[in-house]
Order: sequence, then C-alpha cells, then structure tokens
Amino acid sequence: MIEVQGLTVRFAGITPIDDVSVVFPGGTCGLIGPNGAGKTTFFNVLSGFVKPAAGTITAFGENLLKMADFRRARWGLRRTFQTEMAIEKLSIFDNVAMIHEHSGAKRSTRREDVLGALEFVGLNAPPHAKVGTLGARERRLVEVARAVVGRPRVVLLDEPAAGLPDEETSHLSKVIQRIPESIGALVILVDHDMSLVQECCQTTAVVDFGKLVASGPTAEVLRNEHVIRAYLGTEETL
Amino acid sequence: MNAAPASTSSSLAATGALRHFDRRTGVHAAVAVGLLAVVLFLLPHIAGADWITTFTSVAIYSVVALGFGILYGRVGLISLGQVALLTIGCWVGTRIAYATSLPFPLVLLLAGAITCAIGVVVGLPALRLSGLYLALITLMFAGATTVVLSVTDFPNGGGGFKGRSVTGALTTETPPVRRPSWATGDVAYYRYTIVVCAILFLLALVHVLGKPGRAWASIRESEPAALAGGVNITLYKLWAFALASFITGVAGCLLAAQVGVPRAITFQTQDSLTLAATALIGGIFSIWGAIIAGVFNQLLPFLFQAQWGVNPNFLLVIFGAGLLQVLLTAPGGLVDQFPKDVANLARLLFRSARRLGRPS
Repeated sequence: MIEVQGLTVRFAGITPIDDVSVVFPGGTCGLIGPNGAGKTTFFNVLSGFVKPAAGTITAFGENLLKMADFRRARWGLRRTFQTEMAIEKLSIFDNVAMIHEHSGAKRSTRREDVLGALEFVGLNAPPHAKVGTLGARERRLVEVARAVVGRPRVVLLDEPAAGLPDEETSHLSKVIQRIPESIGALVILVDHDMSLVQECCQTTAVVDFGKLVASGPTAEVLRNEHVIRAYLGTEETL
Repeated sequence: MNAAPASTSSSLAATGALRHFDRRTGVHAAVAVGLLAVVLFLLPHIAGADWITTFTSVAIYSVVALGFGILYGRVGLISLGQVALLTIGCWVGTRIAYATSLPFPLVLLLAGAITCAIGVVVGLPALRLSGLYLALITLMFAGATTVVLSVTDFPNGGGGFKGRSVTGALTTETPPVRRPSWATGDVAYYRYTIVVCAILFLLALVHVLGKPGRAWASIRESEPAALAGGVNITLYKLWAFALASFITGVAGCLLAAQVGVPRAITFQTQDSLTLAATALIGGIFSIWGAIIAGVFNQLLPFLFQAQWGVNPNFLLVIFGAGLLQVLLTAPGGLVDQFPKDVANLARLLFRSARRLGRPS
C-alpha cells in the first residue's frame, strides 16, 4: 500500500501537485487526468527526480522520500517512461539484466530471472537481439520486462500503451493485469486509454490541475460527475 | 521472481538463442588471439627496427584511444584531456623509474594508479557538466598540463620532486628510462608492450561486458532512466574516468620507457584533438576501433614522413575529412563501416559476375 499525505510540488510559481492525499491500496491502481494534471510529476516524486515542497509518501510502511533516488530501485520501485528508454545499444537480455543486477537480487538467479521476465511479457524476439533493431511493440515489452524483473514492490507504468495499435494494447493489458498476482507488485498505471484503465485497474485516482478530483473503485470514479467534467469540460468552458 | 511458469520449449529456445553470445564471443576471441600471435611472433621477423618502434607506439596510443572510447563511446562523456593523462603517466613513470629500483611492472601499476587518482579529480566536473562544457574543461586541463610541462620538463634522474638535473638536461649523458631487465632491446620491449596493452584491453573488455558496461550504456541512453534502474550515476561516471585514466597512465609509463628520454615538446595540447578525431574515425563504440585509432595516430605519420617523404601535417587534412565523413555517414567508425562496405562490394562483384556469365 502507498499512502500519500499532503503532497505539494512547486516549480518557480507553478504548483503541478497541490496538497494531494491519496491511497493506492494494492493490485493495479489507475492514475488519470488531462495533460498537465501532474501525473508524471507524481511519478517523478516517487522516483526521486523531484523533491516535494511538502507532504509524505509511505510505501509498505517505509518513508520513500528519505531514500536516495538510485536506492529506490534496490528497494523495489520500478518505472517506465512516456518516451521509450530501453537501451538501444544493449541486447534485450542485457537491458533486463542491467536492472536485475542493480535490484539487489541474487546473481546466481539472474539468467533464469531475466528469461522469466521476458517470457512473462510474451516477448518472442531472441534475447541476444539489440534493442535498437526492435519494433515499437517489442521495445515497449522490453521496458515492461525491465520493470518486472527482480522482485519489484511497486511498478509505475507511464502511458505504456501510447502509440500502440488496439491488438497490441490488448496484449499489454493482459500482461499488466497479471503483474500483481504473478510478480507480487503494486502497479500504478497512468494512461489516457480509458478502456485499458478500466480493464486493468481495480481502483483509480483522478487528478486535474495538480489537485485530486476523485479516487476509489474505477467504475465509480469514471462515472463521477467531476471526473467527466475534468476530462470533457463543461458547456461554460466550451 | 514469481513469473508465470515458463514452458520448457520456449525456455530452451531462449537459452539456445543466448548461446549466440558464446559463438560471437568465440569468433572475437579467435580473431584477437590470431592478431596477437601475428604481432608477437610474425611481425618482429619481417619488420625492421623503425617499424618495430612505430608498432610499439601504435599499441600504446591504441590504449589511449581506448580510454577516450570508454568515456565517450560508453558513457557519453567527451574528454579531450586523454593525451594530458598520457603525459602525466609518462612523467610519473619516468620519475618513479629514476627514483626507485622497483620492478618495472610495479612502476607501471604505480604510474597507472597515480594517473587514475588525477583522472578522477579531473572527472569530478563531469558529475555536473556534459557535452561541450566538459570537452572545454578537459581541453583546458590538457592545455594546463602542456604549460606545466614546458616549465618543469621531464625528470632526468636529478633530485627533488621534479627529479630534474639541469646539468644533465637534454645531453647524451641523460640516462634513458629503464626498461624491464629482460626486455631492454627494442624487439623484446615491443613484445612486452603488446602483452601489457593486451592485458589493458582485456581489463577494459571485462568492464564493458560486465555490470559497469551495462550501467554506462544506461547512463549514455538516459540519466533519469539509469537512476530509475538503480544505477549510482556518480559512482559509475567516476569509475569510467578511473578506468580510462588508469590504462592511459600505464600507457604513458610504457611510452616513457620506449622513448628513453621523454621530451616536453612531444606532448602538445592539439594531440588530444587529433586523438579524439582518430578515435572517432576508428570507432568509439568498439574495442577494435581503438586499435584502428592507434594505427591512424602513429602508423600513418610514420608512413608519411619516414617512408613516403610527405609532410605529416597533411594528415590533419585527412583526419579532418575522415572525421567529417564519420560524423555524417558512419557514426560507428571504420570498424563498423568497413565490413559493411566490403560486403556491399562483394555483393556488387557477385551480381556483376552473374550478369556477365548469363548467356545473352
């Protein structure tokens, strides 16, 4: 479980996250909102790239904000980025192994764990293939494999289905749904594809202009009047 | 991890595919061993004294190019101070060789270790700077080294920290920097240098193929992604500087014993730029590229000047054109482009031959 209390982030006069308090109970949790709502900033706070002006984040009983940024991966925090960040010059195997060896997992199980992660995401490309030679779908799966290898506790997925056709989004959806049960990690999914969020997430939080608009079971949240207004606007704003 | 149980067939397929690594590594190892055998046993029998001296320099400068390649090709840090580190390794090696009677391998290690410490200090700005700014800082370091060297000159067996005796300066009485007792001759020292350089290449290879290499590749791709992957960026950047400086320092010490009496005029600031150009032409993403860079840096000037009687400054034009070509069309350098060009040529010849052989 991740508990966020009074989280505020300020960048020189802009407040991308404004006094947000929310709980991500477990399983797969959605985090949605219009562009510029503060979703990626929230991920950057969790990753340690951005220091908040106020607030606390407790993940599985530990104060996440006190950890050095690079130590959070060893603790069990993983993430993917909106833009692909798999390393082009390394092979698929090395891309995933690189995360494994900095995760504190046992060296003796590296090969087995890496191949297991590749199989988990359903990547059929040969492990020795350079990532630079892969297509968009396969690169996205490599990123997800990097996020699930080596016993993660929290997996942050930042728009993993962006740019993927429906068929591939459907495969990705099945992979994401299996993460909590098979890997044992809490997943926070940011995406604009509402059908993906509905399929994967038991609970969802909605942010707009840095403020929490609603949170709770996904079906209820998506029917929420404030959420609809935040996404579609109102007649006045139109 | 508790991933879904893998099916036996796909696991076997994946494992089989991984064996591809071993085959490729085997081919590379076989080529390396073959090349080593040729340069160690064949070349000394067919090449004259001048050539042997030049090949020794090729090996030494290949290591310097390797250091540049580790920093730029692997981590993305542009360091134009590698020749300055070579100079420091040469100075320290010379000083230790004159001041002590330590075995030569120990002198090499000490020169490498001291240069490594200096290189890490030079690398500290790299934690804050990158790209052009880091290139400028390291180039200024190279310039400062040239200035300090022109004031202090190289040790020549005198006393004090500088180890410089004015009376013995630049005369025939200045004793040469000692070589290993069993490798005093040029051919024996050439073989010694090749073996030491091969060990340094192996050291770099172990790093590149291992955990540091993967962390460096991650930093080069994206620092935020590397951080999110648990890479301690400060540690691994300094590690790259330490490794590049260590191997360059050892190369500097080898150079000191090769030339015997190192002179300040040998080491110019612009050499750092020439080295960067040749390293890029050779290929900074490959260990083999460093060897090509060494050949370009040392063998071509020898051929131009001593063999063909052409002004070696003409090489600057060639290096400039080569650098332009690499930057525009072949970022992987000659080591990457040449095999592709040969394959294309072979394909073209094969098609032409088939066309000619076809009845009209």
